[in-house]
Amino acid sequence: MAENISFFFQLLLTGLVVGSIYALVALGFVLIYKSTSILNFAQGELLMFGAYVCLALTVELNIPFIWSFLLTLAFSFALGVLLERTILRPMIGESIISVIMITIALSTVMRSLIQIAWGTETKVFPPIFSEEPIHFLGLFIAQIHLYSLSFALLCVAMFGLFFKFSSAGLAMRVTAFDQQIAHTMGINIKRIFALAWAISAIVSSIGGIILGNINGINNLLAHMGLKVFPCVILGGLDSIIGAIVGGFLIGILENLAGGYLDPILGGGVKDVAPYVFLIVMLMIKPYGLFGKVLIERL
Amino acid sequence: MTPILSVNNIQVVYKDVILVLKGMSIEVNEGKIITILGNNGAGKTTTLKAISGILKSEDGEVTDGSIEFYGERIDKKYPEDIVRMGIFQVMEGRRVVEDMTVEENLMAGAHTQRNRKNRKKDMEMVYHYFPRLIERRKVMAGYVSGGEQQMLVMGRALMSRPKLLLLDEPSMGLSPLLVAEIFNIIQTINNERGISLLLVEQNARLALSIASHGYVMENGRIVLDDTVEKLMDNADVKEFYLGLTEVGKKKSYRDVKHYKRRKRWLT
Repeated sequence: MAENISFFFQLLLTGLVVGSIYALVALGFVLIYKSTSILNFAQGELLMFGAYVCLALTVELNIPFIWSFLLTLAFSFALGVLLERTILRPMIGESIISVIMITIALSTVMRSLIQIAWGTETKVFPPIFSEEPIHFLGLFIAQIHLYSLSFALLCVAMFGLFFKFSSAGLAMRVTAFDQQIAHTMGINIKRIFALAWAISAIVSSIGGIILGNINGINNLLAHMGLKVFPCVILGGLDSIIGAIVGGFLIGILENLAGGYLDPILGGGVKDVAPYVFLIVMLMIKPYGLFGKVLIERL
Repeated sequence: MTPILSVNNIQVVYKDVILVLKGMSIEVNEGKIITILGNNGAGKTTTLKAISGILKSEDGEVTDGSIEFYGERIDKKYPEDIVRMGIFQVMEGRRVVEDMTVEENLMAGAHTQRNRKNRKKDMEMVYHYFPRLIERRKVMAGYVSGGEQQMLVMGRALMSRPKLLLLDEPSMGLSPLLVAEIFNIIQTINNERGISLLLVEQNARLALSIASHGYVMENGRIVLDDTVEKLMDNADVKEFYLGLTEVGKKKSYRDVKHYKRRKRWLT
């Protein structure tokens, strides 16, 4: 009995760790969607970018991890601004489907460029945390998992505060609600778009670096770009809180499903479970848990 | 006295083909309330949008003429620069950001103000003019009543420390009591803070009661331009905008027919 409970909690814990990464990436995705109405199919590639660049800086240039981490964030910021300015700004006013197709093309191009630069074998980060697992309430946690979870939670909290209290965060919320209102308030819309893409790139890079540390780096990281859809649909496509909650829920769900159903169904449940859940969600509650409930005064 | 805002013979076209303003000019002097009257479709809101620079977001542009604010040309500027110069447009229809609270809406209005300390002071100033907002300040803006939303959008405008406020139909859809309250507050703000006002209104009587100078627009042109005293005496304004006809005389339907009673301006 105790074994069963500890098994459950072990799965839950792993789910939380993975879920925290999903939450970060989903946050980036929803940010772009809320400010610009674009579904960014290249989100996974932004993750890859972060992971590969950080690895290159750490391993090839021998920069200490903390600096290469910060440098990668700076590069991601620049990448986000660059993408917005060169590829997406000329498309303002064009049909939204065209822009979405551009993000699909972008994902292919980015993935290929990364593979050309760094090859296709799985690479690993040099060990940054000790291998000793931590004993916690009868469960084992790898140190790296603990740090990832804490860091991801920290990021989520920081962005929450950013949107609630900072001037730029408020400006982004206004722009996401109605661009014309933003215009009359003196908000520079183009800068907001660039900021949305830059922040999205940064959070995806953080997610990529964390995931790369845990699982190794290869182009499977790009599949995160697809994994983000169940998270944001569950949470509600235009809710930042929804993205975070959705991310955690999908992480937990995926691990629980995998842990309990794998022995019965023969394995591979973890990969499929989120998408099955996505279909169920779309059938019963398509707007998600926190999706835009139209505020109507009666 | 040189006007702080001068709109010089502007022509505004939407989507490259729809001609909305056909050469109109207005002037606003410092500290005064100027009103633009006219029926729907005359181009009043378009005039305000041309001044505040948001025409581009609706695929419109000023194709001729110029707009000057304190001597500087603003018709080619971006809306964010125009707000920083001190012009703030309060759009018609009480456009609040529905999923932010009242207080967050006000804070967002101070976006162009660099100094953080000023924001606190300015919020207190707004609450002083609109005390109703104090008890509603943590409520979602989408849920407060229409009158409170109108106060919110005006308070939001005040947070940007404007020199010129462009008010578009502030009385729309509000009860007469509330409209009187809001117009009182508008007059107080103009008196105490010296903010110039360009007021577009359908409620001609109310607008003329607080303005010093008035313009009447029709079909994209100015057809009357005069001080408020003279406008209120003008027989055409009295009949078409103030609903006053010759008191006491019996009217026959024959006289009411429009072609028989021609307006003294030609359009």
